[in-house]
Amino acid sequence: MWEYTDKVREHFLNPKNSGTIEGDDTVVGEVGSLSCGDALRLFLKIDDNGVIEDAKFQTFGCASAIASSSVLTEMVKGMTVEDAEKVSNQDIADALGGLPKEKMHCSVMGQEALEDAIRCYRGEEAAPAPEGEIVCKCFGVTDLQIKRAVIDNKLTTLEEVTNFTKAGGGCEDCHERIGEIIDEIRFGVTELDLKPLVVEPVKLTNIKRFQLVSQTIDEEIRPALHKDGGDIELIDIEGTEVIVSLRGACVGCPSSGVTLKDFVERRLKETVEEAITVREA
Amino acid sequence: MRPVYLDNNATTMVAPEVKEAIIPLLEEEYGNPSSMHGLGGRSGKYLSEAREKVAAGLGCEPSEIIFTSCGTEGDNTAIHSAIESQPTKKHIITTRVEHPAVLNVAKHLERKGYEITLLGVDSEGRMDPDHLREAIRPDTALVSVMYANNESGVISPIEELVEITKERGVLFHTDAVQAVGKIPLDLKKLPVDYLVLSGHKIHAPKGVGALYLRRNTPFRPFMLGGHQELGRRGGTENIPGIVGLGVAMDLAVSHIDEENTRVRAMRDRLEKGLMASIPDAMINGVEAARLPNTLSIAFKYIEGEAMLLLLDQFKICASSGSACTSGSLEPSHVLRAMGVPFTYAHGSLRFSLSVYNTDEDIDLVLKELPPIISRLREFSPFRRGDEGLDWVDDH
Repeated sequence: MWEYTDKVREHFLNPKNSGTIEGDDTVVGEVGSLSCGDALRLFLKIDDNGVIEDAKFQTFGCASAIASSSVLTEMVKGMTVEDAEKVSNQDIADALGGLPKEKMHCSVMGQEALEDAIRCYRGEEAAPAPEGEIVCKCFGVTDLQIKRAVIDNKLTTLEEVTNFTKAGGGCEDCHERIGEIIDEIRFGVTELDLKPLVVEPVKLTNIKRFQLVSQTIDEEIRPALHKDGGDIELIDIEGTEVIVSLRGACVGCPSSGVTLKDFVERRLKETVEEAITVREA
Repeated sequence: MRPVYLDNNATTMVAPEVKEAIIPLLEEEYGNPSSMHGLGGRSGKYLSEAREKVAAGLGCEPSEIIFTSCGTEGDNTAIHSAIESQPTKKHIITTRVEHPAVLNVAKHLERKGYEITLLGVDSEGRMDPDHLREAIRPDTALVSVMYANNESGVISPIEELVEITKERGVLFHTDAVQAVGKIPLDLKKLPVDYLVLSGHKIHAPKGVGALYLRRNTPFRPFMLGGHQELGRRGGTENIPGIVGLGVAMDLAVSHIDEENTRVRAMRDRLEKGLMASIPDAMINGVEAARLPNTLSIAFKYIEGEAMLLLLDQFKICASSGSACTSGSLEPSHVLRAMGVPFTYAHGSLRFSLSVYNTDEDIDLVLKELPPIISRLREFSPFRRGDEGLDWVDDH
């Protein structure tokens, strides 16, 4: 059984604002489908000043989906459209006192329905097909949707991407591609960038090696880690062994070993010399 | 207020008789049956008596019983044994509706180079013996088909399937975890090679099970260790659990008639009552031979977890094949294999009864579930007539 907060239970057992709103000044946002196991139809009544006067919902889904819908309608009532536009899925989860990590996609559904309703309010296409390349065929999730979830929520693992977007939760064929997308966002590199450079095998002097290592860290590795809230410091170089210290969000990150081996060391091998090894001080 | 427990295919309460038999083993009778002293000797005697009871319940010899920790261990052991003892055979046949204790072993073996044939079922959850006949090859090491399905309750045509495999000289394993104690089972008449049962599905505690191994069937131990279980399963025996399993097996045999009369009648009353009072509902496997205690029912346009949590308000315990209850994102592989549309699959409930249920339990569900369904349907964005809409996307 899932461990739900009291707020989730309360919003599930006594949902606020369930139902529909009729009228010309009502806009509707729709997300999800029966095949995906959850769907939300959000009704917003917006006045002439762009203030959300009323909000109601209809939800097909689990307790988290119903609670997310209920709390979302409570949150946006009285907001201007501009302010409502800033409501994130994390805001919805926070308002519920948190959701089980496997249920975060329910909060994402709330955010997407809100965006859909606002698009409708602005006269834009109500439910445009998601842009980008379909990565997860089971749940129809595109690379752009995955990238957005990774950036917005600082996701670092496949499991987290599945929890937030459902991508990868079906046949698992897309797991490798999702991993690549995570790497692209986290490390700021594309598959193209990762192709080994043609480096003539020259014997480096200690000074030249230090310069190249230092330059690669400053210009490529550190900026990439910064994107994820992390940092790296060059401590020393002993022969071909590069000694570094991770900083910021990289400290204590369960994937720090992977970062050092699969990103830092690999990049230094490509740009400096093949014999380079990296270890943490 | 006691819970109305209708989730017996998940686990069962420990029977009072079982509990009573176990307590002395937790207090004063704690010997190791391998020890050379009186205390150990008495434990060895308890072990032998339990083995005789389990064998009697299945209609086999005590020496054909290996005690295990659970059904999963039994399934893993049987499959492992079959392939290890026939190293040149690299093909295994099983079904799409097996328990993960078999399906995930098959997936694992596929990664190791084995070829796996997964037989399908029809919309009622029934498998066609002709499909097995066509699938068997000279290099087939094992056929593994569950005796009865844990979700739909659909019973496999085991006698016919075993006959087909015997004709072709192929080993046969059946996961009988859900069948034992619910339908009559006699291994004198059913020549399976391996059969698996689990204690906690028949009112014994969790952590004990048994693997039936037909005499002269090739065997390779899965758990390597000491000489316990005639060297077929290392590890000090779980004597309290095993003794509990022996008592539970006696009880299960004595309950078979009641399962097929009173329990079946309660299940049928629940089924008919819900179908009569709730529109847009369907019974999964309604046309098939089913376990007497199991009802898999699905309600259109709503989701299972929400129903379970609302039922829990009334202390009614059931299960769902919906995605949200499992941590998975797709509904039950069994319902999908049966081709149950998503509209229904997400809204499925499983009620599984036992002899400890009463008519009052059924009355409570019949009273409380219809308003829960109505309430959730009020929230639902889907209605009758929505099937043609793009965003319904039912298949």
